Amino acid sequence: MATAEVAVASKTLADHLPVLQVVVPLVTSPLIVVIGVRSLAWPLAFIASVIAFIISCLLLYQVIDGGFISYAIGGWAPPLGIEYRVDATNALLLFLISGISVIGLPYALTSIRFEIGAKNETLFYACYLLCFTGLLGVVITGDAFNIFVFLEISSLSTYVLVAQGAIRDKRALTAAYDYLIMGTIGATFFVIGIGMLYMSTGTLNLADIADRIADQGSNRTIRAAFAFIVVGMGLKVALVPLHLWLPNAYTFAPSAVTVFLAATSTKAAVYVLLRFMFSVYHPSFIFEVNTLYFIFIPFALLAMFAASFVAIFQSDFKRMLAYSSIAQIGYMLMGIAMLNVAGLTSTIVHMFNHGITKAVLFMGVGAFVLKVGSSFYDSIHGLGRRMPITGACIVIGGLSLIGVPGTAGFISKWMLMQAAFENGFWWIAVLVVLSSLLAVAYVWRALDVIYLKAPLDDSVTRDPPLTMLIPMIILAVACVWFGIDTTISIGAASTAAESLLNGSFGMMPTEIPAEMPAEVPAPTIESAPEPETAPAPAPTESQ
Amino acid sequence: MAATSETAHAVPSSIFDWDFIFGHANYWLFIVLMMTGLYIVVARGNLVKKIVGLNIFQVAVFMLYISIGKVTGGTAPIFPLDMQVDPDVAYSNPLPHVLILTAIVVGVATTSLGLALIVRIREEFDTIEEDELLVIERKMTAADNREHGPAMGGRA
Repeated sequence: MATAEVAVASKTLADHLPVLQVVVPLVTSPLIVVIGVRSLAWPLAFIASVIAFIISCLLLYQVIDGGFISYAIGGWAPPLGIEYRVDATNALLLFLISGISVIGLPYALTSIRFEIGAKNETLFYACYLLCFTGLLGVVITGDAFNIFVFLEISSLSTYVLVAQGAIRDKRALTAAYDYLIMGTIGATFFVIGIGMLYMSTGTLNLADIADRIADQGSNRTIRAAFAFIVVGMGLKVALVPLHLWLPNAYTFAPSAVTVFLAATSTKAAVYVLLRFMFSVYHPSFIFEVNTLYFIFIPFALLAMFAASFVAIFQSDFKRMLAYSSIAQIGYMLMGIAMLNVAGLTSTIVHMFNHGITKAVLFMGVGAFVLKVGSSFYDSIHGLGRRMPITGACIVIGGLSLIGVPGTAGFISKWMLMQAAFENGFWWIAVLVVLSSLLAVAYVWRALDVIYLKAPLDDSVTRDPPLTMLIPMIILAVACVWFGIDTTISIGAASTAAESLLNGSFGMMPTEIPAEMPAEVPAPTIESAPEPETAPAPAPTESQ
Repeated sequence: MAATSETAHAVPSSIFDWDFIFGHANYWLFIVLMMTGLYIVVARGNLVKKIVGLNIFQVAVFMLYISIGKVTGGTAPIFPLDMQVDPDVAYSNPLPHVLILTAIVVGVATTSLGLALIVRIREEFDTIEEDELLVIERKMTAADNREHGPAMGGRA
């Protein structure tokens, strides 16, 4: 393990795990359509997800201590052929995405049948698997253009999934359309960026691009490429001024779809951003530092406060959670902008922790929708008392969203504050706490409604069926578990953060930062006043 | 590879460096086309026209990729049948072209999905003009507001 295998003709199945990770759901999706039997659609999708989950566990186990697995698609050696490269960063993401899929699908069984009807189930699950494939592919691939292709696979199927909400509310269609327009613009910006990288480096393999940029330093084309990639991915991430598609898409999509999207899709986009910022572009480039300090920090703060503030005044539980997602993305970007190991660790851990937290909350909302047909606050009065287990899961999710000690959300916010203090940005730590207080407000409003208001009538008497309940319980337990035992989350995340900050993504894994051009970016913009504790790539030890 | 960008041109003698301007004709084309497309997406209220704008925007990127694959004096990258490659013959770079084949497929898929959504929107809303859609949605939101409490935000 843990070394670059020159995978020419690997023999055992275990050597093919990286590609199987993507191929299994990809093949299952058309299989569902071809078989066309409604009763088989869900089991097939579930089996594919379980296989993908097992594979991701095996991959994570192999790379959690550092090192990476390189897999050459079709036996074509990496710089020319397409490479799949698994390291601690994306293994954790693969684990999250496939885990959410395995847990979310049983939930979807009941929820989807209720919300979009049994008639469309076959196509729905085929589409769902395509989205799943796309997200896994975006995360696992080591080829720039391949990222674009998988991104579009996941995006196109996402638009379809969001539009399924039209049966309940026709605004889902316009939400999907808006998302389609913005998502396509984002993806096209991204592809322009890749084109510019290809112009100046002549290669598409991310590791190879990284090597060549390190050799030749930056030039205007490379800087323009960076801008295009950040803006393009910013649209997918829902970075604050580019977030307009998100609230409607999350609100009007079917609950099970929202669960999956909220937990995975923006995370995959954050991952791509991380990959390009740290693995492809060396983080010591001055333009990148400027981007992080002068663009990411203000926008991340804006997200943390403005989106949380808007969330407080929503009267729809689901829409409130959508705005809260935008705010949480602010924390992730803030972690990136800290530019140190603790910051990156917090970003990666928060991707994971927020994934499970938001999944459990949206599942709770879906359970309410199943019972009373709506997620508006005034129609879910007192349901927490009537549906005790659902209510308890929402409480745990809400606490984790706030970042109460003992829950997963606390771990990542704590890491973020550590990172801020390391940089001397104590005011950011203060602002993180203040914005968490806003989170207290919007979570409290929801809990107030579901526990302290009197139930509207006696029609709702019990929790949703077990297929919805068990996933919720598993995720709620995970929220607590990953708040106490952090070996997997922090372990993988800190390994990932260290390797990202070392810029050790080059083709040669051995000579890590040795002759990395620490100050190479010669012809950069009139070097703006460097913020205190500037870029110095020397990763300060955390903890 | 074309385009090692700014290194190629000398210090301009006049205000306009005509060599630079004409030497990068493909980039100007790309930028004009791209901005035209993006402008249509933003400025046009008709949903179908937005899709058309999106297409122009995407095609601009295709042109960028295809033009950077061109090698001066290069011919079509097809080897002779006997595989005896003459080292003097320059070939254009086929890779960007192949990439764009994929991107065209993606573009077609996006267009068809967008049009399908428009058909559904027309069925449900009875219009495909953005301003009318906004009016309808605002009414629905206002109705939600009246029904479910005064504090609900519209489109943030």
